[in-house]
Amino acid sequence: MKIHEYQAKQILYKYGVRIPKGEVAETPSKAREIAERIGPNVVLKAQVHAGGRGKGGGIKLVSSAQEAEKIAQEMIGMTLFTHQTGPEGKLVKRILVEEALDITRELYVGIVVDRAKEAPVVMASSEGGVEIEKVAAETPELIFKEYVNPAAGFLGFQARNLAFKLGLGGETFKQAVKFILSLYKAFEATDASLAEINPLLITKKGNVLALDAKMNFDDNALPRHPEIKEMRDLDEEDPLEVEASKYNLNYIKLDGNVGCMVNGAGLAMATMDIIMHSGGMPANFLDVGGGVSEEAVKNALEILVSDQDVKAALINIFGGIVRCDLVANGIVKAAIEIGLKVPMVVRLEGTNVDLGKKILKESGLAFYAAANMKEAAEKVVPLAKQQERS
Amino acid sequence: MSILIDEKTRVVVQGITGGEGTFHAQRMQEYGTKVIAGVTPGKGGQTHLGVPVFNSVAEAVEKEGANASAIFVPAFFAADAIMEAADAGIQVIVCITEGITTFDMIKVKQFLKGKRCSLIGPNTPGIISPGKCKIGIMPGHIHTPGTVGIISRSGTLTYEAVDQVTSLGIGQSTAVGIGGDPIVGLSFTELLKLFKEDDGTEAVILIGEIGGTAEEEAAEYINKEFQKPVVSFIAGQTAPPGRRMGHAGAIIAGGKGTAKEKMEALDKAGVHVAKSPAEIGQKVKDVLS
Repeated sequence: MKIHEYQAKQILYKYGVRIPKGEVAETPSKAREIAERIGPNVVLKAQVHAGGRGKGGGIKLVSSAQEAEKIAQEMIGMTLFTHQTGPEGKLVKRILVEEALDITRELYVGIVVDRAKEAPVVMASSEGGVEIEKVAAETPELIFKEYVNPAAGFLGFQARNLAFKLGLGGETFKQAVKFILSLYKAFEATDASLAEINPLLITKKGNVLALDAKMNFDDNALPRHPEIKEMRDLDEEDPLEVEASKYNLNYIKLDGNVGCMVNGAGLAMATMDIIMHSGGMPANFLDVGGGVSEEAVKNALEILVSDQDVKAALINIFGGIVRCDLVANGIVKAAIEIGLKVPMVVRLEGTNVDLGKKILKESGLAFYAAANMKEAAEKVVPLAKQQERS
Repeated sequence: MSILIDEKTRVVVQGITGGEGTFHAQRMQEYGTKVIAGVTPGKGGQTHLGVPVFNSVAEAVEKEGANASAIFVPAFFAADAIMEAADAGIQVIVCITEGITTFDMIKVKQFLKGKRCSLIGPNTPGIISPGKCKIGIMPGHIHTPGTVGIISRSGTLTYEAVDQVTSLGIGQSTAVGIGGDPIVGLSFTELLKLFKEDDGTEAVILIGEIGGTAEEEAAEYINKEFQKPVVSFIAGQTAPPGRRMGHAGAIIAGGKGTAKEKMEALDKAGVHVAKSPAEIGQKVKDVLS
């Protein structure tokens, strides 16, 4: 799960990570009021789940409270376009108003879990303020890493190693060590999957602060952290994806026109792939779960057909232990209730498969049966194209 | 022949009295698996599905000689269950449970270091040596005994591959789901090493998906040390970056872990890479003939 910059900063502050003074404003007058208190020089930062905000006009420096109000007026309600927002952009609902700080150096500190090493890794780089993926690709020697021993935790000497390698000394060094240790504490305590400070700021006076902050969390751990779960901003997500998550369905909207509904994540991805190999493009990823309950099938079908881009659909169910006749009944019932508008190719496999196929055939609905994945994909792609034209 | 489990394997089911545990323990019994005990803390002394229920795995080992375990306990208790099984001396631990946190798995892997046990999963359909033993939730009837080993990160996609080879008359030695999470027990590479030593395995199907570098590591190992033919399919060629595709482990992060990279690495290692999932069975037939 992703959260906003201001939320990440709130969390980090609790664990002792130093952040600039600032508050969130949802109205221009509130922005003015905050600027009067912490200004006059403040930075206004659009709060959306996307990077590259500066280039897109989502970060503005102002030098008075009046100006803060005027610029906030323009920013709140604007649609922000960056390389990460997609062509539809992101609506700015709130801005973070922060004290403007003088900058001498911009560094980078980030923590992720290294899957191959099966441990968290704390990374630091002197190249802050730019995309870290770019640094990693072009000058990997400028990224310093310390792996965390799961039994001992992240240790003081490791934080010192990183701070030394960043070339810090004196009071700044001490602050940086405390900063990195606190960041790790926050990462572990919240079951984060990512905690990234880019840039990490060194001020003229030598103070160390998080100028930006990004945190993602392990979805599996959210039930343990209700206070973080509450920070989820549904407006940042696709409405159909939000709807799907209510029913514990894994749904991701994509660009094509062939809707698909599959049981199991691996088979769902493979189904998307075979649609592509048959000359089409999938409109979504939709995993109804390995078990396929009738309820899940109905909810999934509803979400599938409420996407206007879907011109034809492919249902690929490898039942296994699940009985195909039950699945077929679920599909027929759902199709009748919803009022099926697009042609649908169904591939069923598993226990009682013949009975399942018979139920679909006798339903009188616009189902096309397929014996295997390949046939299913080859049937659905032309159907989608035909529908697109008409 | 087979790897890890066979007709002599004695299975304890952790969480046997729960809904999932009961349902699948029954299916395992029907398949012929020697389910010899169950564990549900607090329910020791009862009998369930005709086998004794114990309060701890250690008791099941001591009294019934359990040497493998199937875990069906809820996510927040599953890490504890794995470590309990390892501590009790269980050799093959199969964790079906989905939704274990990454930090829990980091702890589990640390705990297992130096212990003589193999963890399969979590978030796996399990492991099956057709005709001998099934520990997991996969449909037994689609499998048939034979000489092809299968290693996969998926559930139903593995069934698809099994079904394809079975319908071409090709049986399987052992099929293992390694699990769809970012951190799992046995890796592709560790399982390839076992298949290498197994005289009953002539070829291996490796089914990967986007995210992480497990497939690349497997490619490196195959290139250096694995002589038997390998057929592979990588799911997620059309997956967008930055999105978790159902499995917690299936995510392209920072441009890394794409299907393209994995397919190229495997191809370079001499693996027969199927571009479409429909080609898996035929490719296996080709390499065996």
